[in-house]
Amino acid sequence: MSTLLEVADAHVSYGKVEAVRSVSLTVAENEIVTIIGANGAGKTTLLSAIMGVFPLKGRVSFLGEDMARLEIEDRVARGLCLVPEHRELFATMNVEDNLQLGAFRMSKAHAARGFEHVYTLFPKLKERRKQLAGTLSGGEQQMLAMGRALMGAPKMLMLDEPSLGLAPIIVAGIFEIVAKLREEGVSVLLVEQNAKAALKVADRAYVMELGEFVLNGKASEIATDQRVAASYLGFAEAAAS
Amino acid sequence: MNTTILLFLLQDGITNGAIYALLGLALVLVFAVTRVILIPQGEFVTYGALTYASLAAGRMPGTAKLAVVIGLAAFAFDLYAMRKTLHAPKIVRTFGLNVAFPVVVLLASMWAADQRMPAGVSLVLSLLIVASIGLSLYRIVFQPLAHTSVLVLLIASVGVHLALQGLGLLFFGAEGQRGPTLLNATATLGSLRFTGQGMAVYGITIAFIIGLWLFFGLTLYGKALRATAVNRLGARLVGIRTTLSGQIAFLLASTIGALSGILIVPITTLYYDTGFLIGLKGFIAAIIGGLISYPLTAVAAIVVGIVEAFSSFYASNFKEVIVFTLLIPVLLLRSLAAPAVEEEKD
Repeated sequence: MSTLLEVADAHVSYGKVEAVRSVSLTVAENEIVTIIGANGAGKTTLLSAIMGVFPLKGRVSFLGEDMARLEIEDRVARGLCLVPEHRELFATMNVEDNLQLGAFRMSKAHAARGFEHVYTLFPKLKERRKQLAGTLSGGEQQMLAMGRALMGAPKMLMLDEPSLGLAPIIVAGIFEIVAKLREEGVSVLLVEQNAKAALKVADRAYVMELGEFVLNGKASEIATDQRVAASYLGFAEAAAS
Repeated sequence: MNTTILLFLLQDGITNGAIYALLGLALVLVFAVTRVILIPQGEFVTYGALTYASLAAGRMPGTAKLAVVIGLAAFAFDLYAMRKTLHAPKIVRTFGLNVAFPVVVLLASMWAADQRMPAGVSLVLSLLIVASIGLSLYRIVFQPLAHTSVLVLLIASVGVHLALQGLGLLFFGAEGQRGPTLLNATATLGSLRFTGQGMAVYGITIAFIIGLWLFFGLTLYGKALRATAVNRLGARLVGIRTTLSGQIAFLLASTIGALSGILIVPITTLYYDTGFLIGLKGFIAAIIGGLISYPLTAVAAIVVGIVEAFSSFYASNFKEVIVFTLLIPVLLLRSLAAPAVEEEKD
């Protein structure tokens, strides 16, 4: 498996506060990697910085190309796509328009195939295609955000807290889709507070605490690690029950 | 007051209101997409009107040369920005847009000014000249400031307004000008007399508004522009460049401004600084629409036009005062009706 995304010694700061310190990670082709950690550990900041929303000190390369000088839009064009925590949908436009804009830089034929693909993955979106994005339920908004990202045929999808605020049954559906995307050749970098669900679907995992990676390894090993079980999984289980 | 006067004033008000509506819509569009409050909109009106009048009178307008000069500056900006990633297709594109296009328009205007072309040709050339000025202005002034606050953008906007007004005086002199009418036919309906120019104003305004509506509702680029206005980060995440949206917004705004000017200049004499006042009235309509709502802006513009017509009949000295005073109750009402909005997050 060749490396798709490589982040080496990354630092991200808000003014004087360093939110992410000396973080390195890799994502290979056809791999699902998750970053778990408590609220405020810097996971969202890290993803946004990889996308180019915040400046990042260190090296980020995608498919071997250094992305330091690339704007967000150029990174999108290279096949890197972020589904942000707040989804950032076009609230006053309908589902179909949101999806169509997801394929903004693609050809018409690509967009048509994208629609078919997304509507197969999320039949709910097809039912709601004339509804305004802002009036959808939380789960549907998450589906739309993922669908919009997939319309651009990304090589790698970065999902920021896709389970946030959603009912367990919808969360299960979303994670199923994540697994299905890998079969279609899309790598996924998944940031989650719901560690249990994330570790179940992922191949590898990084554990983040106060802006640093404290642990990394195979997801199955991380899931059985004593320290992780104590601080995350126990908590996740308690919250779920 | 008799019905004839009433109808006449209404007609006059709606004619002006239609033009304010175009300007107001352009202001809302530019603000939503780029967060720039477009004070120089009035200069686009003046430039459009006086360029048209000059061309029709067989004079070469200075604006065509200005378009070439700032086009070159915009090209230089683009080259500097791309200095590390120079690709031939990109260079050709920016050269075509910023240099070749205004130069071709300049040559065409030089040729047209000699020939005494029909009004339609002058109209198209004037629109192209002002559109290219608007496009380059975005590149030189507003694109480098895109990350700054609304206040910084507003200050830059005022600066551009003052600079363009000064250049307007240089190009067109202090004398007022009038342009030829677009349509000479007249028709009467009861006691109302419809001039060809009045009908051209209605027709072009309505056609333009329908065109804008179709553009925003049906085309991919129109939707992309709306997307940038609704959610700038979301738009960037699907690969819609903020600069592309800004360019389209400025292109539309400068074209709309110039068109409004061309529609007015056969009816009223325009001076180099008249545009500012006209732009401000479009601005009032845009404010009444909360700088967000297009339909509300259009309706407000018609109201502004009618109030202006009636106040110029009853108290012509206070015409402008009355129109601008409209703002105070509107702002009061809006501030009472709207809950306190959080400061814009940047």
